[in-house]
Amino acid sequence: MSTGTPATSEPVKRPIRVVVAKAGLDGHDRGAKVVARALRDAGMEVIYTGVHQTPEQVVETALQEDVDAIGVSLLSGAHNFIFPRIAELMREKGLDDVLLFGGGIIPEADVPGLKQVGVDRVFPPGASLDEIVRYLDEAVGKRRGAVA
Amino acid sequence: MYEPAVRRRAERRERFTTLSGEPVAPLYTADDLAGFDAARDLGQPGEHPYTRGIHPTMYRGRLWTMRQFAGFGSAEDTNARFRYLLKHGVTGLSTAFDMPTLMGRDADDPLSRGEVGREGVAVSSLADMEVLFDGIPVDEVTTSMTINGPASIVWAMYLAAAEKRGYPLAALGGTIQNDALKEYIAQREWIVPERAAMDLVVDTFRFGVREVPRWNTISVSGYHIREAGATALQELAFTLIDGLEYVKWGVAAGLDPNEFVPRMSFFFDVHNDFFEEIAKFRAARRIWAREMERRYHPTNPRALQLRTHAQTAGVSLTAQQPYNNVVRVALQALAAVLGGTQSLHTNSLDETYALPTEEAVTLALRTQQIIAHESGVADTVDPLGGSYYLEHLTRRMEEGFERYLREIESFGGMVEAVERGYPQREITESSFRFSEQVERGEKLVVGINAYASEEEPPIPTLRIDPEVERKQVARLVETRRRRDAGRWREAIARLREAAARAKTDRRAELMPAFLDCARAYASVGEQVAALKEVFGVYRDPGYF
Repeated sequence: MSTGTPATSEPVKRPIRVVVAKAGLDGHDRGAKVVARALRDAGMEVIYTGVHQTPEQVVETALQEDVDAIGVSLLSGAHNFIFPRIAELMREKGLDDVLLFGGGIIPEADVPGLKQVGVDRVFPPGASLDEIVRYLDEAVGKRRGAVA
Repeated sequence: MYEPAVRRRAERRERFTTLSGEPVAPLYTADDLAGFDAARDLGQPGEHPYTRGIHPTMYRGRLWTMRQFAGFGSAEDTNARFRYLLKHGVTGLSTAFDMPTLMGRDADDPLSRGEVGREGVAVSSLADMEVLFDGIPVDEVTTSMTINGPASIVWAMYLAAAEKRGYPLAALGGTIQNDALKEYIAQREWIVPERAAMDLVVDTFRFGVREVPRWNTISVSGYHIREAGATALQELAFTLIDGLEYVKWGVAAGLDPNEFVPRMSFFFDVHNDFFEEIAKFRAARRIWAREMERRYHPTNPRALQLRTHAQTAGVSLTAQQPYNNVVRVALQALAAVLGGTQSLHTNSLDETYALPTEEAVTLALRTQQIIAHESGVADTVDPLGGSYYLEHLTRRMEEGFERYLREIESFGGMVEAVERGYPQREITESSFRFSEQVERGEKLVVGINAYASEEEPPIPTLRIDPEVERKQVARLVETRRRRDAGRWREAIARLREAAARAKTDRRAELMPAFLDCARAYASVGEQVAALKEVFGVYRDPGYF
C-alpha cells in the first residue's frame, strides 16, 4: 500500500474490495487463506468469510461490504451446484457489476459450464498468486471502466 | 577442501534448506552427532525408544498394510470399489465419507445440497452402513473410517451393522479417526465446541477398551495439519502434543493409560523432502516413547509404541502435468516405508481434479507393491539408521518438538492453545511463507514454476452420478418411514439425557446411547442435532 496523501490532484484510486469465500460444507481453507493474504498484501481490501458459508451468506456479505469481486474456493466437488447458485443470487440482488471468480479442485471439463453461468475465471491448484492479483487488477479495472 | 571447491565453482544456491525451511549443510559427519548415543537414542527395533521401528523384524515379518482411502457416491458405489480394491490386493479398507456426513448433516439437509456423495460416500443411517459393508468379512479385514465430529455416531452404526450380521464386537478391528483437536487446528469438520468434542473422544476410549478391544479409537492426525500448510516440524509437534492432550484427558476421566493408550494410533503426511520426512517418522516414535515414559511410566510397553498410518501429500500434487504426480507419490511412499509406517495410502495422479478413477487408484496401489516386492527396501530393518544426515535431522526434529511443547504448555495445554488460535496462526504463517517461496522461485515445483508446459491434454476424471443425491435422499426418507417410531423417539431422548449428564460428569457414558440410536435407525443429522442442543455449536474464527 502507498502511504500518505497523493501529492497531485488526481483522484485517489479506490482499492479493490474482494470477498474471499469458503462456501458449502468444505473445510479445506489453505488455498483461500493464502489467496486472501496475497490479495491483501497487493493492497486490496479483503473480507475472508471463514468456512461453511451458504451461497446466501456469501452474497449477503458481498452486498454489505460493497465489493468489486467475489472469489470462491471449492474443493468439495460441489462447484456445479454452488457457483450457479451464487451467480443466481448475485443477479437477484443486483450485483451484476461484481466479478465472480474461483478456484480449487475443479475438473477442466466443468470449467466451460461454470463460465456459462457467470464465473469469470477458474484457477486450478498451483495457479500463481501473482497471476491471481494481476487478473483481479485487470478484470476489476475493466469493469470499473465500463461502469464509469 | 570444501571452501576452495566452492570458490572455484559456486554452488547452485546460496543457501540450501529442507522443504520446511531447515538449513541443510553441505556434508554431515560424525561431528554432527556429538552426544549421540546409539544405544540410548536408537536402541534395537522393537525396543525403547523405538526410533528404528516398533517391531523387531519390521517388514521382514509382515509388510505394511496397503490401505487405500476410498469413498464416493452411494453406499453401493463404494461397496463395489471396496470389493475391487480387495480383489487387487489391498489388505485393509479405509472409508472416505462425504462432506454432509463429515459435518453431521443428513442428505436432505438444505446445507447438504450439491455435496451428497461428492467427496466421499454418503452415510445418513444404519441402512447405508449395512449396504456399505455388505459381503465384506469385517472380522478379517480391518476398516479405517475417516470421521471426526460425528465419529461416535458413525462408529456405532458400523458396530450395529456388524452385530446384525452376527459378528461379536470383540472380533472387529479397525480405526476411527476421531481426532477432534486437529479439526479446530486444521481440518474444520467440527460439530460441537472443542471441550465437548474432547469428552466425546474420551468416551470412545472407554467404550473401546471394554467392548471393542481390537479397535483403534483414535488416529491422531498430522496429515490435515500438514495439508493446511504446516511445516514437517509443526506437523510432528502439534500432532504429538494433541496425542499427549488426549492422554491427559483420558487419565483425568479415570482411564488407565496401560489400557487405552495402546489403542491410540497416529496418522502422518509424507511430503516431498525425502530425508526430512523419514526423520519425522523416526523422531515421532522416539518422542512418543520418551514422553509417555516420563509422564506415566506405563507397565504395558505398547503404551510407548507409536503406531502410524501414512498418506502421501495431496497438497504436493499438481494439476499441471498430472503424470508427474506418479513420481512424487512413489518417492513419498518410499520415504514412508523407510520411515517405518504401519500402513500406507498412496494418492492417485488425478486427485487435483476429482476423486480418483479406478485406473489411477490401481496405479497408486501398484506403486506400493513395487516398493514392497521389487525395491528391496523392505528386506532389512531401518536401512538408513545411522546415516549422519538422517540422525542429525531426527535429532533436530526432537529439539524443535521440545520448543513447541514448552510454548503450548505455557498456554496450559493444546485445548487452551487452540482456544487462543496459536497452532492455527502458526500454520497459516508457514503456509503463506511457502507460497511466497514458490512465487519467488526459491522453491521449485516442476510443472509450476519450472519446466512449465503450455498446452496439456486433459486427463480422464471420475464423474459422480448427479442422481446419487436424489437416491440418497429417497433412501433416507424411506428409512425414516419404515423405522419403529417409538423406538426411535426413545433412543433420541436417551441420547439427549446422556449428553446432558456428560456435560457435568466426565464419567457419564454416551456410546451405549449412540448404539441404541444406530439400532433404531436414527440418522446422523438427528443425533448431531441432539448433541448441538446440549453442547452448542462452534464457529470458524476465520484467521488468515
